[in-house]
Amino acid sequence: MKDMNEGYLTADGRQIGGVVMELKDITLRFGGLTAIEKISFDIRDGEIRAIIGPNGAGKSSMLNVISGFYVPSDGEVWFKGVRRGPMKPYEIARLGIARTFQNIALFDGMSVLDNIMTGRLTHMKKGLIAQAGWWFTGAAREEYENREKVERIIDFLEIQNIRKTPVGRLPYGLKKRVELARALAAEPKILLLDEPMAGMNVEEKEDMCRFVLDLNDEFGTTIVLIEHDMGVVMDLSDRVVVMDYGKKIGDGAPDEVRNNQAVVDAYLGVAHD
Amino acid sequence: MPDQLLYAMEVTLNGLMAGVLYALVALGFVLIFKASGIFNYAQGVLALFAALTLVGIQEGQVPFAHLINAITGGHLTHFGWQVPAVIAIVLTAGVMVLLAIVIEKLVLKHLVSQAPIILFMATIGLAYFLEGFGDVMWGSDIKTLDVGLPQGINDTIETTTANWFGYGFFIDNLDIVATVVAVLLVTALTLFSQFSKQGRALRAVADDHQAALSVGISLRFIWVLVWSIAGFVALVAGIMWGSKSGVQFSLSLIALKALPVLMLGGFTSIPGAIVGGLIIGVGEKLFEFSIGPMIGGATENWFAYVLALVFLVFRPQGLFGERIIERV
Repeated sequence: MKDMNEGYLTADGRQIGGVVMELKDITLRFGGLTAIEKISFDIRDGEIRAIIGPNGAGKSSMLNVISGFYVPSDGEVWFKGVRRGPMKPYEIARLGIARTFQNIALFDGMSVLDNIMTGRLTHMKKGLIAQAGWWFTGAAREEYENREKVERIIDFLEIQNIRKTPVGRLPYGLKKRVELARALAAEPKILLLDEPMAGMNVEEKEDMCRFVLDLNDEFGTTIVLIEHDMGVVMDLSDRVVVMDYGKKIGDGAPDEVRNNQAVVDAYLGVAHD
Repeated sequence: MPDQLLYAMEVTLNGLMAGVLYALVALGFVLIFKASGIFNYAQGVLALFAALTLVGIQEGQVPFAHLINAITGGHLTHFGWQVPAVIAIVLTAGVMVLLAIVIEKLVLKHLVSQAPIILFMATIGLAYFLEGFGDVMWGSDIKTLDVGLPQGINDTIETTTANWFGYGFFIDNLDIVATVVAVLLVTALTLFSQFSKQGRALRAVADDHQAALSVGISLRFIWVLVWSIAGFVALVAGIMWGSKSGVQFSLSLIALKALPVLMLGGFTSIPGAIVGGLIIGVGEKLFEFSIGPMIGGATENWFAYVLALVFLVFRPQGLFGERIIERV
């Protein structure tokens, strides 16, 4: 790894900045079960950070800790140089941490457009009474401005043609894309993607990879993603954290991690004689 | 025009008006059900409580007078002032918001992500508690509610129709007011839910709690908001029904009339509540008018339920309810 305080230059020549989020000795227990044990790593500005590991390694739990859905039993989360106290998930979302879910959590009864517009809620400041005024109080302008941002994201993710479709009717791959759009609409500082390509066919995976790379490139969004497909991870990510049974067994650039014996063992299994 | 047809027209009109009143109650149910999946058994009692509070404030009653007198041995009943209707309504709306906050703090907060049946049981408890609380707070005697709404037969309609058809229609002024108010209320609620950001958040919470949290929506705020709106709708229903038939315990039973309306219109649709209310109102009046005399009358008590049952067989989600699709 290059100089840790100044950031580093990636293989394809992107400048990665300083630490945005730092996780220190995170431990998460559910009763007697330890899902995460003393894991520390950092997330840097503008990088694509992957968390990989076999099933049940605690990857999703880690993401839930970052997004506040789980409160760690031990350890500290530092965000933008400030230690984060215990917060509700919605408060963390308002800080600028958006996420998608492994099992897609969309608002099925609402149109694609409305779904993505909910991503803008944290940016809309007009109160209820001001909104009743609509044109007179500037609420209409606020709505239009946010709508414009959403339209740009819709264009970016190439979902113009399903704009008005109720989300419940969409096929799986498109739902995943809408969920990404909603998270993106919040213009997050950190974007958390929980298995964005799970259950997709090759073509859909390629599309999704392209979107992830493009949005990192265009908007400079910092991305943390969980993925099973090793090929995808190696192509996409700048740095990788490897987890197994709740412990961190590797951390570094994709190439370093790939040649790490512990990682190879965790993935391929070790002969026990 | 033949007399029978004229009668039928009058009955239909009256049915429509009655239907609006049913719809007003059903609306409160739909709002809470849409936003939180809770069938709020307490909605009827909420209307009773709102009406009691409104009368109490208007008449300058001392809240908890019985309790205070029992402890201090005094004879307090009234402050001795009259509050104008408009101010009393605003104050009562404030009380309903306060009540929403208390309900969220004491009940809903502790039942997050519980099964719907448990939340339903909680609202049953809430209903009986509120009923008793209302009694303790304002006394259990029958009260008359008068916020200055016009009452009695509308003369203009009577004379006009008498001129046209040779038969004057009897339409109650209060029913006309109720219709206008209901139309305004539904328009406002629809605009709110479709176009405001809180409305969008509300629909989001109704669909998926986790996803709502992930976009920065506070569930607790939305619940307080929804219960406040339901409280406000209950207040409107309480005013209409209270002006019509006095404020007393039986007011809370209007909730039972809302049930078939909901089955007909669908639990999740605001327009459904309105159309369902109108169908039930007109259906029950016309049935009583046409078939009633043949089978000894009093059909209004059960007709709505039978109609709802028939609907349940053919369209379980109601007229406007979301279709229940299970992907296999």
